[in-house]
Amino acid sequence: MQAWLLFVVVGSVLVGSAVAVVATRDLVRAVLWLALGLITTAVAYMALSADFIAAAQVLLYTGGIVTLMLFAVMLTRRLDGAKVAVAAGLGGTRGPIAGIALFGLLAVAILEGSPARGERLMVADSAGLGVAFLTRHVLAFELLSVLLLAAMIGAIALARKDTQTPLPRTTRPPLPQDDA
Amino acid sequence: MSALAAGPGLVEWLLLAAVLFSIGLYGVLTRKNLVAILLSVELMANAVNLNLIAFSHFQGNLEGQVFALFSIALTVAEVGVGLAIVILVYRQKGGIDADELRELRG
Repeated sequence: MQAWLLFVVVGSVLVGSAVAVVATRDLVRAVLWLALGLITTAVAYMALSADFIAAAQVLLYTGGIVTLMLFAVMLTRRLDGAKVAVAAGLGGTRGPIAGIALFGLLAVAILEGSPARGERLMVADSAGLGVAFLTRHVLAFELLSVLLLAAMIGAIALARKDTQTPLPRTTRPPLPQDDA
Repeated sequence: MSALAAGPGLVEWLLLAAVLFSIGLYGVLTRKNLVAILLSVELMANAVNLNLIAFSHFQGNLEGQVFALFSIALTVAEVGVGLAIVILVYRQKGGIDADELRELRG
């Protein structure tokens, strides 16, 4: 019974914070609503016996991505202080129709193709996760570290202020006697 | 859907993830601010991870959790580079309105 209660509470907080993220006019509030949603997702992961992933979620998503987003929001304020505009593009009816249509499609796929209720429920196994990373998925693990390094270097190279001195000239500047 | 016995089953968790994914899609299509679009993309990635971990739980398999951890790391990298691009756009144009980015339009 408490599994259902947990699911309903977690589900409503998740859906409510998701709606607040996409609907609020204030961008800082939207980031904070997302942070609430991400922490609630960590609670859901613990209910689904994924303890390590829940901890990683709080550290990486809520601690890392939300901080990055707040930096970006603060660094990209409009200079005239105008409020962030929300509904544009597919506002009106086309946006909600797209969302509802996608949900309908996914719901049909889930309900049609759902497997029988498997009774092999898991127990949280962080050690097994570590073993899986270092034995079965070690190649992807190493490639992931290379990718993270590349992303870090790329982000720094992109967003760095351009303060380089110009390169030394390799040809002489044009002199007046050249126009003869 | 499920007998009211032991708790929510796979289908209920998958439907919750589908709802979150659709709300994220609505946000991506509707918002004008680039950071708001990235926030909605985060929402969609979060829904995908929830999906993966729900499958992992109900199949008794760790592979779903491995996949979810990779997905989290990739999303972090994507957000880092994406926000660097947003800052570049801001430097070029003084604002991050998606409607103003029209140079590549036919």
